[in-house]
Amino acid sequence: MTAAVAVHCGLRLDTHKRPSTLRALRQATLPAEVVLPLDQHADGVTVATVKPGDTVLLGQPVAQPQSDASAWLHATVSGRVIAVEPRPAPHHRGESTLSIVIASDRKEQRYADHHSIDYETLDPVRLCEHIARGGIVGLGGAMFPTAAKLLQARQTAGIHLVLNGAECEPWISCDEMLMRERAQDVILGARILCRALNAARCTVAIENDMPDAHGALMTALAGTSPSVIELVVVPRVYPAGGERQLITTLTDLEVPYDGLPSDIGMVCQNVGTAAAVARWIRDGEPLISRIVTITGSGVREPGNLEVRLGTAMSSIIADCGGYVDGVSTRIMGGSMMGVALPDDSLPVIKGTNCIIAATAEDLHPRGAEMPCIRCGNCSFVCPASLLPQQLHWYAAAGDLNALEQLGLMDCIECGCCDYVCPSQIPLAQRFREAKPALVAHLASRQQAGLAKSRFEAREERLGRIEEEHRAKLEEKRKGLKK
Amino acid sequence: MVTAILVAGGLGAILALLLATAERRFGSGHAADARLVDQINALLPQTQCGRCMFAGCKPYATALARGEADINQCPPGGDATAAALATLLGRESRRVSCTRCSVPSYPVVAWIDEAVCIGCTKCILACPVDAIVGASKFMHTIIAADCTGCELCIPPCPVDCIEMRPALAGETASA
Repeated sequence: MTAAVAVHCGLRLDTHKRPSTLRALRQATLPAEVVLPLDQHADGVTVATVKPGDTVLLGQPVAQPQSDASAWLHATVSGRVIAVEPRPAPHHRGESTLSIVIASDRKEQRYADHHSIDYETLDPVRLCEHIARGGIVGLGGAMFPTAAKLLQARQTAGIHLVLNGAECEPWISCDEMLMRERAQDVILGARILCRALNAARCTVAIENDMPDAHGALMTALAGTSPSVIELVVVPRVYPAGGERQLITTLTDLEVPYDGLPSDIGMVCQNVGTAAAVARWIRDGEPLISRIVTITGSGVREPGNLEVRLGTAMSSIIADCGGYVDGVSTRIMGGSMMGVALPDDSLPVIKGTNCIIAATAEDLHPRGAEMPCIRCGNCSFVCPASLLPQQLHWYAAAGDLNALEQLGLMDCIECGCCDYVCPSQIPLAQRFREAKPALVAHLASRQQAGLAKSRFEAREERLGRIEEEHRAKLEEKRKGLKK
Repeated sequence: MVTAILVAGGLGAILALLLATAERRFGSGHAADARLVDQINALLPQTQCGRCMFAGCKPYATALARGEADINQCPPGGDATAAALATLLGRESRRVSCTRCSVPSYPVVAWIDEAVCIGCTKCILACPVDAIVGASKFMHTIIAADCTGCELCIPPCPVDCIEMRPALAGETASA
């Protein structure tokens, strides 16, 4: 089945996926040392349960979540914990954050407490809780704990599960390789997630430039009994793989701006997440590795590697033949939404889907910024139907009320607007910078509302007490007169 | 000519009288006033600190609506609030007067030294947003998430065990 309409607006970009999909999926060299940042999940805190000197086995839990927005961390090598200390991390652009450092003993001894689970007989809520213990988070890059998302979405009856394989960003091909080589895992993951959600339907969405992945998934689906799982091909448009954009493409429904996909009976999971769930349930292997695309003209043999979490990026670049001359930037993520990295000694985290070693010719050239000429190109391509030229104007003026009304918080920072801007204005970056001020403004307004209601409740209570007191005095006075 | 003047003048007088009576009887003056108070109140930071010399944000808003207060009396709101009030009320913009008090530039919350607290409940009675819990002869403590940093609990404390501390992220009730 093919979806008829493409995502609203968006861009048709060069995908640059060919170089990294020529070779088969490989295993990266096992690292001698892994660095596991403790705050790598959404914005929740994880607390280390091991201390320096402890011996850990492969897959042993080493850090425990403190809230629904964080997840378990597991040792990704067997060996000894050598430190729990601040180390540079890629999700903070090289700033240090508290991390667990494990030196490998190269024995690969597995933690014995994890077993495979028969998901078909397990209670769905228990199944969600078990998925949480696997440390599984959204592998598309958001790193939001999968179990929390499942438990939230379960509350909607007859939910429609979408497995997102529309890997729309240029350069990234890890999901495509996963679907090509491990389609069975993806389909098993889909079944497990359907069971956990009590889902009525499941749609696997892929883009129309992935014929091999399509074939592999069809084969995997054909081997099973007729099922609720269907495969849908969506047109290749950036950003078709954004959660909200994909849902609109598939169903013609729009997720409310202040709501979640589950408000319209949908829930979205990355195909990589589904495969990770399958490995955890079927093999008892928690999230200790992921597929990473190493690409760009600056690397000798681009490809996809299965990498243990915490491995230094320099090590996997060496696995791909090392650098060629002229590397100007290293990017984690795609060329549109990725973050530039200061150096390549940073560890791979759960959300590292791609590393681009870019030379000058890989990147969209950007000249000096010029004033906005109000051409409106940005508003034609905005997939969130915003008016970037207006947002730019009000962000420069710091007018938070106008930014709120124009929907700054609905910006997905896809970068389509600055790609087409003839004045070379880095719009997405401006919006990213403007968001914290607006978030603080909205939070302070909410808090002011809370303080106001507490003050009014107190006034009302004091008034009532005063009134009762007066009434009592009046009664007493009457009694005296008699 | 004279008749015309008399008729026009007389009509004018009668209608004016009618309008004045109607305004007094069915006048919307009170409702408009309440709406204006709400509009003004929405611009105030809801710290309820009384630095404006009124008993809280709403009393100050009421005084402003009646023209009995100046727009620059709210230090926690700062110049931004003063400017917003000036725009709303069509008055001349003025900087906040700092003759009586100043506020820290970062959010603060009260903190009780629980080892020193004697449990007198005086601070509980002073708190405008019920952000202190405790009972007579028992230790008191601040609910940091509800504290607006108004400092009203500090003067009543007989043992000086309350101090203002910088709020941790997401800990204050008004920034």
